[in-house]
Amino acid sequence: MNSIQADHLKKKFGSVLAVDDVNLSVSEGEIFGFLGPNGAGKTTTIRLLTGVLTSDSGTVHINGINIHNHPLEAKMQIGVIPESSTVYGDLSAEQNLHLSGKMYGMSKALRDKRIEEILSRLGLKGKDRIPVRTFSKGMKQRVSIACAIIHKPRILFLDEPTSGLDVQSRRLVIDTIHQMNEQGSTIFLTTHNIDEANTLCQKVCIINKGKIVALDSPERLKKMFDTTQSVEVSFDQVVSQDLFEADVILRAEPCGDKWRLYTNDPDRVIKYISRQSERESIIITSLSTSGPSLEEAFLNLTECV
Amino acid sequence: MEIPLFFRGILVITGKNIRLYYTKPPVLMFGLLFPLFMFFAFFVGRNLDLNTFFPGFLAMMIFFTSSSVGPLITPWEKREKTYERLLSYPVTQDSIILGDIAAGAIFGIGISLLLWIVSTLFIQVPISNPALFILGFILGTLSCATLGVLLASPASNNPPNVMIFSNLIRFPLIFISGIFVPLSQMQGLGLTLAYCSPLTYMVDLFNLAMAGTSVLSPIVDCGVLIIASAGFILFTKVIQKRNMMKGL
Repeated sequence: MNSIQADHLKKKFGSVLAVDDVNLSVSEGEIFGFLGPNGAGKTTTIRLLTGVLTSDSGTVHINGINIHNHPLEAKMQIGVIPESSTVYGDLSAEQNLHLSGKMYGMSKALRDKRIEEILSRLGLKGKDRIPVRTFSKGMKQRVSIACAIIHKPRILFLDEPTSGLDVQSRRLVIDTIHQMNEQGSTIFLTTHNIDEANTLCQKVCIINKGKIVALDSPERLKKMFDTTQSVEVSFDQVVSQDLFEADVILRAEPCGDKWRLYTNDPDRVIKYISRQSERESIIITSLSTSGPSLEEAFLNLTECV
Repeated sequence: MEIPLFFRGILVITGKNIRLYYTKPPVLMFGLLFPLFMFFAFFVGRNLDLNTFFPGFLAMMIFFTSSSVGPLITPWEKREKTYERLLSYPVTQDSIILGDIAAGAIFGIGISLLLWIVSTLFIQVPISNPALFILGFILGTLSCATLGVLLASPASNNPPNVMIFSNLIRFPLIFISGIFVPLSQMQGLGLTLAYCSPLTYMVDLFNLAMAGTSVLSPIVDCGVLIIASAGFILFTKVIQKRNMMKGL
């Protein structure tokens, strides 16, 4: 039995078809990445899967329970971390967690035990009695995560959980995802961060304009576009894009203090750069090649190239 | 399993609303201070018979207190972005609506009951029919609390806008519902408008329960209040469903 099973999901807002015949299945214990450009239908899909919105047609089963027919039973199985850190600012972290626990029918004793455990794990101990509105974005997101996992959900939905967070908070979110997964929870994650999806997820689904355009493991998705590789190069001085005007270079992108050059023939690109640098009297400070990336696959599939 | 979960959801949401929204300034302002000031403005310095005026004043108090919490909750939750999380908990839209109504009704009952108890210490407030008085209290708070939640249904995540809109609807009602001008003295358009207001039937029911006189039958008064409450819930459900996406 799949943890999440969605069949022929459709959702329209006015004349806009936000989700168009989406079919997906997520196996138990899997970390599933849901990628797509802005406005592709990621958040609407997650809202349909979690019962926040009702689909115009199609079905969603959570651990075999139809969320439309039995919404409360299905929602008992899941924890949701929405896109913005949605916690009650007037309440403290502890009070927010008690409220969440009550929503899932947890007894006072069980809530106290879990709250103690979660607050320590998420580094909120000592700040648990201060109103959440005084917290930073990262701290609020930790409280939001704590509220979603207090009842040890079998499935955890996260909508862009690391968006706009500092490095420490981001690390904590990723560690929590790993811990929940190790304890047997299925993770459904939407993200903009391709690297995050690449390293975290066992399966990745790409949605564009409301339709699913790819669903596979990150490695197999990369292989779909294995003709394109890249060369990363940096110089001792700032260079303009004109330096990379050559047939062999498909696209040149600035990437921090480097340039990333997409090509089908890295060897010819390296030789070309060497010649150009000699002619222009500039020094190459670093040079590396890399295979096809998930980002490349994503861009190809979402027609951004 | 769904039914116990449904009722648990209502209870938890009611508790959350009581904790979070009873002390919010708009609730205290429009639910407590405003009806008191209205009472003093119309009563102090005038030679009015308090016993005659009291049923209408009690109805006005119930109306303002019960309908002041509802308009605030949903817009506030949408502004704070907590509405989406609320919907992702094991609750339905119905349990959220009923939890909001319960919070409004409890606020109305609590404040109005306190006012009635305090009033009995200073003035003689006769009750000719205690059963009708209790029924009027319950049905009155219920219909006003459902009206309050209905007023929060328009798509807005800006509480001040919704409070202005709700007051735009609520204020005229107190002038056409037999509080300041008895229903028996109204004529023509005024009387027609009075029959459109659920507050009229609550005032009439309190007049019968306290002073022993009424214009309409208590069956009509109770029936209209029950139908109005059911209608307000139904409208709230339809409008909130339509506006679900706005503010998420």
